[in-house]
Amino acid sequence: MVPTDPQGVLTGAHFLDGDYACAEGAMAAGCRFFGGYPITPSTEVAERITQRFPMMNGIFIQMEDEMASMNAVLGAAWAGKKSMTCTSGPGFSLMMENLGLGVMLETPCVVVNVQRGGPSTGLPTLPGQADMMQARWGSHGDYEIIALSPNSPQESFDLMVDCFNLSERYRVPVLFMMDECVGHMTERVVIPSAENILVEERRYTADPPDKHLPYKADENLVPPMTPTGKGYRFHVTGLTHDERGYPVINADAQNKIVRRLVEKIRKNAADIIMLEEEQVAGADVVVLSYGISSRVVIPAVEKARSQGVKVGTMRLITVWPFPEERIREIAANVNSLVMVELNLGQVFLEMDRCARGQCKTFLVPHCGGWVHDPEDIYNVLMEAAK
Amino acid sequence: MARTEIRISGLGGQGVILSGYIIGRAAAIFDTNFATMTQSFGPEARGSACSCQVILSEERVLYPYIRKPQILVVMSQEAYDKFAPELADDGILLIDSDLVKINGRHGSAVTFGIPATRFAEELGRKIVLNIIMIGFFTAMTGIVKEDAAREAILQSIPKGTEELNLKAFKRGLEYGKELRAKGTSKTKAASKPSRPAAKGKAAKASP
Repeated sequence: MVPTDPQGVLTGAHFLDGDYACAEGAMAAGCRFFGGYPITPSTEVAERITQRFPMMNGIFIQMEDEMASMNAVLGAAWAGKKSMTCTSGPGFSLMMENLGLGVMLETPCVVVNVQRGGPSTGLPTLPGQADMMQARWGSHGDYEIIALSPNSPQESFDLMVDCFNLSERYRVPVLFMMDECVGHMTERVVIPSAENILVEERRYTADPPDKHLPYKADENLVPPMTPTGKGYRFHVTGLTHDERGYPVINADAQNKIVRRLVEKIRKNAADIIMLEEEQVAGADVVVLSYGISSRVVIPAVEKARSQGVKVGTMRLITVWPFPEERIREIAANVNSLVMVELNLGQVFLEMDRCARGQCKTFLVPHCGGWVHDPEDIYNVLMEAAK
Repeated sequence: MARTEIRISGLGGQGVILSGYIIGRAAAIFDTNFATMTQSFGPEARGSACSCQVILSEERVLYPYIRKPQILVVMSQEAYDKFAPELADDGILLIDSDLVKINGRHGSAVTFGIPATRFAEELGRKIVLNIIMIGFFTAMTGIVKEDAAREAILQSIPKGTEELNLKAFKRGLEYGKELRAKGTSKTKAASKPSRPAAKGKAAKASP
């Protein structure tokens, strides 16, 4: 990795909301293309980009809708830019088909979803965490995706840099699953100097144009990109393709490409997964959470600890891929696992699956529109400790 | 400073959100505290009672919303009627005394008033009403340092308006200090010292 382009870095201590911090993180990571369609509560991300892009020769296009936005983002990535879009539930739904195209073409880009309450237009101005399974499975076909979730404006900045780096390293769209609460919350955000922000540069092929196979993967299962405007002729298609990038419509080609798309994430899961664990060793109850819920959990955990309950916490910074092995390991050593999320059981299902019946599992549900009352979390923790 | 919950409210256009932003910025950037600001994005943010919430703390703010504010700043009658009942019993209510008529909804909270809109008009620009309120807030609560508030104002206003805004801040601050020195207020505040959460930080402003 190399230090980033200082043009995009607003070094200093700022008082920013999560949306603005997310935009600053993108620009610090080297993002210079944004294609999107405004939607509450993500509009401030686009707003900040429009204010700052002219100073760094970035290109901002407001597209006619979210389907076109996603396509513009993919096109810009292939043209050589680090590119992104941002949206919320309804727009995220519209992006799903072309998100799958991004997965199939192995296009590095970042899609921000500032989650609000759903289904449909739901609660435009209030928080939700109910698009998590859509993030995992929303486009058709078999694939693996990367999704990160911040719990503060500072982390909105920090993790956006990680999102871009992961998307370059694994050539996959990375989903940044914020929530309205973090997006519209204003806090201190410290932006480091450019030399302290390390970014993954786009990795291009070293083969000459006549020897180049655009989809020939390296030992890490990721193919280097093909540059545009340098004399390489190549073809990209959403159809099942071979190493040359040409359509091959049979089971053998399908087996090769889908397996690689999935395995490049699964086999590198240890590099991708970021977790924050606290007092997990020796705990009777371990509570999992992500995004804003991970902050609301802490007062409940402290109260339960004051009652003598041994509670550990695990925060999912990376939600997808899921820390399957770690959960299985913990499940073997605790009485209960508890999931706190602003939905009626989504990531909970993964936790429950990975526990494999080794311990009890509990969900603290919430339909969104607000955050959990720590008291409700506390009550479940006490029940889980029994 | 323990967790202190603040609500600033008024009408859309009075600079309510900017006031919260400046107070949060003063605490988190120009002082050493944690500040979390949230705001309403509903129909109420578009015309009627408008409000923003700021939580100040020595420790990281975990629960992001206010539940029982210790400080309520109101710049309109509607905002008073709507938000006064949630104020903590030992809280502080700061009002624009020309615009707000208190009617007991705020319970036993201490009330201090300032004719901020009138002062702003005297300064030539009604728009600086919110900055006068910040000066008053700084004097009466002691929860943000004077220098920090001043710096946060300078960093948050349009270039070329520094002099006017600093005058506005000073007007509110000095009115508040005089009020404290006299030990008088509109209600039973007179004998009551600053609320516990402002301890230490309030020393400078205390009579």
